[in-house]
This record gives sequence, C-alpha cells and structure tokens, in this order.
Amino acid sequence: MGMSVQTVLSQVMLGLNNGVFYAILSLGLAVIFGLLNIVNFVHGALYMLGAYVALLGFTMLGPLLGKPDFHLNYWAALIVAPLVVGALGVLIEKTMLRRLRKFDHLYGLLLTFGLALIIQGVFTNYFNVSGDAYDGKPESLSGVVDLGFMLFPKYRVWVIGISLAVCFGTWFVIERTKLGSYLRAGTENPELVKAFGINVPLMITLTYGFGVGLAAFAGVLAAPIYSVSPVMGSEMIITVFAVVVIGGMGSIMGSILTGLLLGMVEGFTKVVYAPASSTVIFLIMVLVLLVKPAGLFGKEA
Amino acid sequence: MPEAAPKEMLRISGLHAFYGESHILHGIDLVVGEGELVTLLGRNGAGRTTILKSIIGLVGSRSGSITVHGTETINLPTHKIAHLGIGYCPEERGIFSSLTVEENLMLPVVVRKGGLSLPEIYDMFPNLLERRTSMGTRLSGGEQQMLAMARILRTGANLLLLDEITEGLAPVIVQTLRQLMGQLKERGFTIILVEQNFHFAADLADRHYVIDRGTIADMITRDQLSASTGKLNQYLGV
Repeated sequence: MGMSVQTVLSQVMLGLNNGVFYAILSLGLAVIFGLLNIVNFVHGALYMLGAYVALLGFTMLGPLLGKPDFHLNYWAALIVAPLVVGALGVLIEKTMLRRLRKFDHLYGLLLTFGLALIIQGVFTNYFNVSGDAYDGKPESLSGVVDLGFMLFPKYRVWVIGISLAVCFGTWFVIERTKLGSYLRAGTENPELVKAFGINVPLMITLTYGFGVGLAAFAGVLAAPIYSVSPVMGSEMIITVFAVVVIGGMGSIMGSILTGLLLGMVEGFTKVVYAPASSTVIFLIMVLVLLVKPAGLFGKEA
Repeated sequence: MPEAAPKEMLRISGLHAFYGESHILHGIDLVVGEGELVTLLGRNGAGRTTILKSIIGLVGSRSGSITVHGTETINLPTHKIAHLGIGYCPEERGIFSSLTVEENLMLPVVVRKGGLSLPEIYDMFPNLLERRTSMGTRLSGGEQQMLAMARILRTGANLLLLDEITEGLAPVIVQTLRQLMGQLKERGFTIILVEQNFHFAADLADRHYVIDRGTIADMITRDQLSASTGKLNQYLGV
C-alpha cells in the first residue's frame, strides 16, 4: 500500500478543508440549539442560499440593476451574504419560530425541515441541479502555496485560515465576554435572565440571525470550491448532523473540534480505504452513540 | 411631629395568576411602602412564590393590577419590569453553572443609580472575591446564596423579592443573612421575603402576610406578632 507520509498529510489537509465547513456549520447549529432549543433543519438550505447570494450577486445583480459591468465581488459577498441570510433568519424567527416557542421542540424541527424543502424546491425549479461554477474567486487567492509536503491551493489555505478565525472568534465571544455570558445564562435559564432586566426575546432573534449568518458565510467560502447547486446544502447537512451527534449538542468548542477532527478522519480514510471515506463519519456516529450517547463533548442528561 | 406613612412602593390589587390551566392566585391585594420589610408566609403550594413571580412577570398569565413606583406593570414584559428597580432572588438561588462567580455577579443589568460597586460588594462578601474565577455552582450553598444576594445589590434595585433565601442553609449562614437583612433595611431597601415560617424575620419584618390557597388569609403587624403566635402556627401547620 502506497501510504507515504506525504500522501497521508495531503489527504488530511484536504480533509481539514472539509472539516472547517463541518465546524462552521455545526457551530451555528450548536449556538442556535443552545438558546432556542431547536434543531435548525433549514441550516443547509441557508448555507446554499449564502452561496447563491455570492453567485447571483456576481452574475445577475449588475444586469438586474441595469449596469451589466457591475459584479458583487467575492469580498463584498463574504459580508453581504451573511447579512442577507441573517436578515432572513431574523424574519423566520420573528414570524414563525417565535410562535412555536411554547410548544414541543419537535414543532420547530418540523417547521425548519419544511422551510428547507421549500427553499431547496424553489431553487431546484429555477437553477441547474448539477450546479454552476462561481467565477468570482479573487485573483489574489489563485495559485498554489508550497507547504513543504505538498502544493496546496492558495484559496483553500485562505478558507481554512478564515474559518478557524471565525470559529475561534465565536468561541471567544461566547465563552469569554460579557455578551457571551448573557448568551450562556440565557441557555441555562432564560426566565431568570429576563428577570435581570435583559431583553431575552431580542437576544434569541439576533442569535438565530447570527447562527444562520455563519451558514451563509460558509456558503460563500464554498462557492469557488464546490459547484453552487440547489442540493449542496442538503448533501452537506446530513454529514454535519452526524458531526453534531458525535460532538454532542450544544457544546461550542465540542462542535468546532469535532467538525475539524472528522474532516481529517474522512481525509485519512481516503488514503487507507477510499470507498469508506463517505461512510466513516456515520460509522463513528454509531459507535459514539453506543458508547457515549450524549456525544464526545455533550453533557450527560 | 407625627411619623408620615411611608410612600407606596408596590400595590397589588385583584391579582389572579395562572400556569396553563391551573389557577394559582385568586385575587391578591397587598400594599408595600418604601423601606418596609414584609414577609409572605404559608405552606408549600400556598402561592407565595407565585406572588413574587407575578410581580416580576414570570407566571404563565396574570390579571388584575400591579403597580411599582406608581407604574402599572401588568402588561409589561419581564425585562422592563426589572428596570423599574426590582431585584429578584429566586428559589434555589438561580446561580448559573456555566458562568464564573464574577460573571454571575455582573449579569443583572444596572437598573438604577446607587447600586453597590464591585469593590463594595467584595468588601461585604470577601468569599466571593476569593472565588471570583470559580464557576458559579462550585460554591457552597451559603456562598451561592451570598452571590445571589450580591448580584442584585449591584443593580441599584430598591425593591428586593427574596424567595426562601434561608432554605437548606446552616444556622450560622442563616444568622449572617439575618444581619444582612437588617443592614439592607437600614439602607432603605424595600424587601418582600418569602419564608416558610416567621422566625427568620420576626424582629425585622414590619408586617407578615399569611398566604393560603392563593389568597391572603391574614395580615399580622409586628406589634401583633407575639400575641398571634398560636394563630400563626395553626396557619402554617407547625
């Protein structure tokens, strides 16, 4: 078996590249689950939506505004897409999820699942299911970087770097700042936090907006790597939910580390036995559920 | 010069409170003046905690009228009621386990001027200074109770709602809490204290309300207390 250190390292690097997407998406799910107590099934669709904001902003926004030369560039898309999707999230929370808060969490899950199907259905109707390429990748991120053991695309180095920064930045804000202490307290006992003079309903709305904004951010990062398609979210989200189950619901650092780790495990499996690489995460999920049902970082109920 | 009646701090009239289908409070009327310390006594399930929660807006639904400093609060959201100057210390203290001691302390929003500063609080509760980086629920029960008190003194709230603060604590801690109540009363705080029995606040309280099955069964002033001990014991089933 040709398992040189070089092959392993390069597959693990590519795995890490997938891992940062798992991490960012499962982090958003963890933040939302913590405060809203719902499993946000629409997360994948909003990740896809983020990628489409980048794609359509680049190709169609100019002509639509009557300025065919105008393109929403990549850097602008990184900011605009999370804002657009975050605003949509605020709307979803205020008009729909809020009404379900006094019922069983299952209803929130069903609602977000339904929303995901609707969004995906609409996009399948209007766009190419096999995907469109995003041509807005900036010149400065083209080319390769020599990592010593392999030549790695510069764009992927950027994606890994910025994703890690966003993940650990989010962790820092939640675990180490005053704003984060409101969020942690609200996760534990929202009623008491209200009694301490904090506007908890507003905090919940903004948290949901932030969580889905993260998904859109990941969508923009993904656009130049994977083709932008209506089903990109539903494909990704199945793996991400497995990551969440393995890591344990609600743990911030747990969701980040599990995402990164499982991306690398996937990459490593490609070297050892490639056909298993798409199943290995689910195998791990089964094992973790048998041994530690609350997940690697989850608190035992 | 005759002593003027204290200014009204809180007025509850015709209060009904519900949790889902359960009707817990059946028409509560009570008035608390500025600087008064009153207790709500009664057996478990009588509705004492529900009265406190109704004041801060944490029951399923409520009707009637509750005014704080003259402001009607029956339709206000909880966080706005808190901003009228209310500090709430819930049953079982409500310390957040995912927050450090200092984060717990800093969590409640400052609602009025005149609250204690952090150094003043650490001066008053030196244990908390020592353990300020520990996670909240790592503290002993007594320390957690001090923390639960300290964090609402920081906010400048001048109406304190305290729910069974002595429950499950060692006698020496209960003694400290009684001294603290005395200090707070001297500083002019208005305090509503939910207690199982009247002993804790017997010499501090201006009045005792006896709550029974969601109504006020009796009101006993400090002067009547010694003459009413037999009656009280009967109410409280001791």
